[in-house]
Amino acid sequence: MSTPFYVSPEQLMKDRADFARKGIARGRSVVVLRYADGIAFVAENPSRALHKISEIYDHIGFAAVGRYNEFENLRIAGVRLADLRGYSYDRADVTGRGLANAYAQTLGTIFSSGGEKPYEVEIFVAELGATPDDDQIYRLTYDGSVADVQGFGVMGGQSEKVEEYLTGKHRADLSLAEALRLASAALGNDSEPARQIPPADLEVAVLDRTRTQPRKFKRLTDRQVTSLLES
Amino acid sequence: MLDGGFRAVGSSSFVEFLATQAPELLPQATGSSAGLEVTHGTTIVAATFDGGVVMGGDRRATMGNVIAQRDIQKVFPTDEYSCVGIAGTAGIAVEMTRLFQVELEHYEKIEGTTLSTDGKANRLAALIRGNLGLAMQGLAVVPLFAAYDLRLECGRIFAFDVTGNKNEERTFHSVGSGSTFARGSLKKLYRPGMSENEAVTAVIQALYDAADDDTATGGPDLTRRIFPLISVITADGYRAWDEESTAAVADAVIGGRMQSPDGPSAPLT
Repeated sequence: MSTPFYVSPEQLMKDRADFARKGIARGRSVVVLRYADGIAFVAENPSRALHKISEIYDHIGFAAVGRYNEFENLRIAGVRLADLRGYSYDRADVTGRGLANAYAQTLGTIFSSGGEKPYEVEIFVAELGATPDDDQIYRLTYDGSVADVQGFGVMGGQSEKVEEYLTGKHRADLSLAEALRLASAALGNDSEPARQIPPADLEVAVLDRTRTQPRKFKRLTDRQVTSLLES
Repeated sequence: MLDGGFRAVGSSSFVEFLATQAPELLPQATGSSAGLEVTHGTTIVAATFDGGVVMGGDRRATMGNVIAQRDIQKVFPTDEYSCVGIAGTAGIAVEMTRLFQVELEHYEKIEGTTLSTDGKANRLAALIRGNLGLAMQGLAVVPLFAAYDLRLECGRIFAFDVTGNKNEERTFHSVGSGSTFARGSLKKLYRPGMSENEAVTAVIQALYDAADDDTATGGPDLTRRIFPLISVITADGYRAWDEESTAAVADAVIGGRMQSPDGPSAPLT
């Protein structure tokens, strides 16, 4: 009988983390940023059907990078959790924090259990508050850690370069058009020389505080994105 | 923690998810309603017009011979292009409407597209059929469903019976205890190609006639200024009429009834 190789827990976790990180860095970046009327999500995504950004609940939006089947699975689980909670209690009782916690525990358990391979995903959960001060943006990584995002956040692809471009240029009082132009330029700055991303390749959605409907999430059409970028 | 049930590959239906994950939350009850006093909603009227559909409900809820509530809301938006008016056992009807709202929104979020109008009506029919057991015990729910169909570009009305039999009405329909009188009234007042204002006036006339002859239907409450709730769905989506606009139409209707209490008369031939 052969003896199994000994692998130290440190090495095991490091290998798993490297594996997940590599998968996440392969795609393009997603940017989430606050603007004057709410929170905007901007992703480079040529596909019209496979979304990286979506609505979870009235005030809660979701954006993800990495492996599509894995974050789609988490997105659907999040919609189910939110709808179940809202239905059994009240719509006001569905919070971004609760959802971020559920995601963190799920990702953490999958990461540290030996059986499953770690999820190669990173997630933003953004919640629009009644006032800008109450806005919350959480960033969840493949190992289940949660970070509070202030102002703006980038994940996936060459996220450091995009983040570097945004630092110093982003302000919370930007108009939607300004925020969109900034995010589009930042996403194009992930390579040398910088690329110009065609508007049709941008997936954009906002959590808009000025919307009168209870559901604040709104996806922008190609035409709206183009006209905002040109304005 | 999102365990297996949440992450399972399944359908886009919230009701089916609820049935596996939390069946106790589905509207249900056991036992008989015999001898119980439960709240009942009464009359709902809907009519199509040029460019949309209008639905209105009286504001009374009854509990046996007692008026349980004078200002109940019986017409609820279910998504941007549809609404449901409820008649029957209020507790179950309101819960069913809430579930239907979540069902439509859930599908929309998961699939990234809205259900077709017929798809929505079929889902509602399934929910009503699920309540058949309770209906047999006297706790029936009979909703009226109205929607603006973006594909056909017209307003549509669907009526149901307690077994979930779906029945589309092209012009107007009414459900609830006063519906016989409301339908008779609309039959004489309804004309194809009406404007939104005319349709709302016809609906308020019909509700007045229902309240005139049915004890469970509430008429306009002049001292408390409580008037029917009017919902309109057009290509621009769902919109509830504000109180002043409804009051203005209701006042005009009442003004006319001061002269002829039975309302406007139709030509004999």
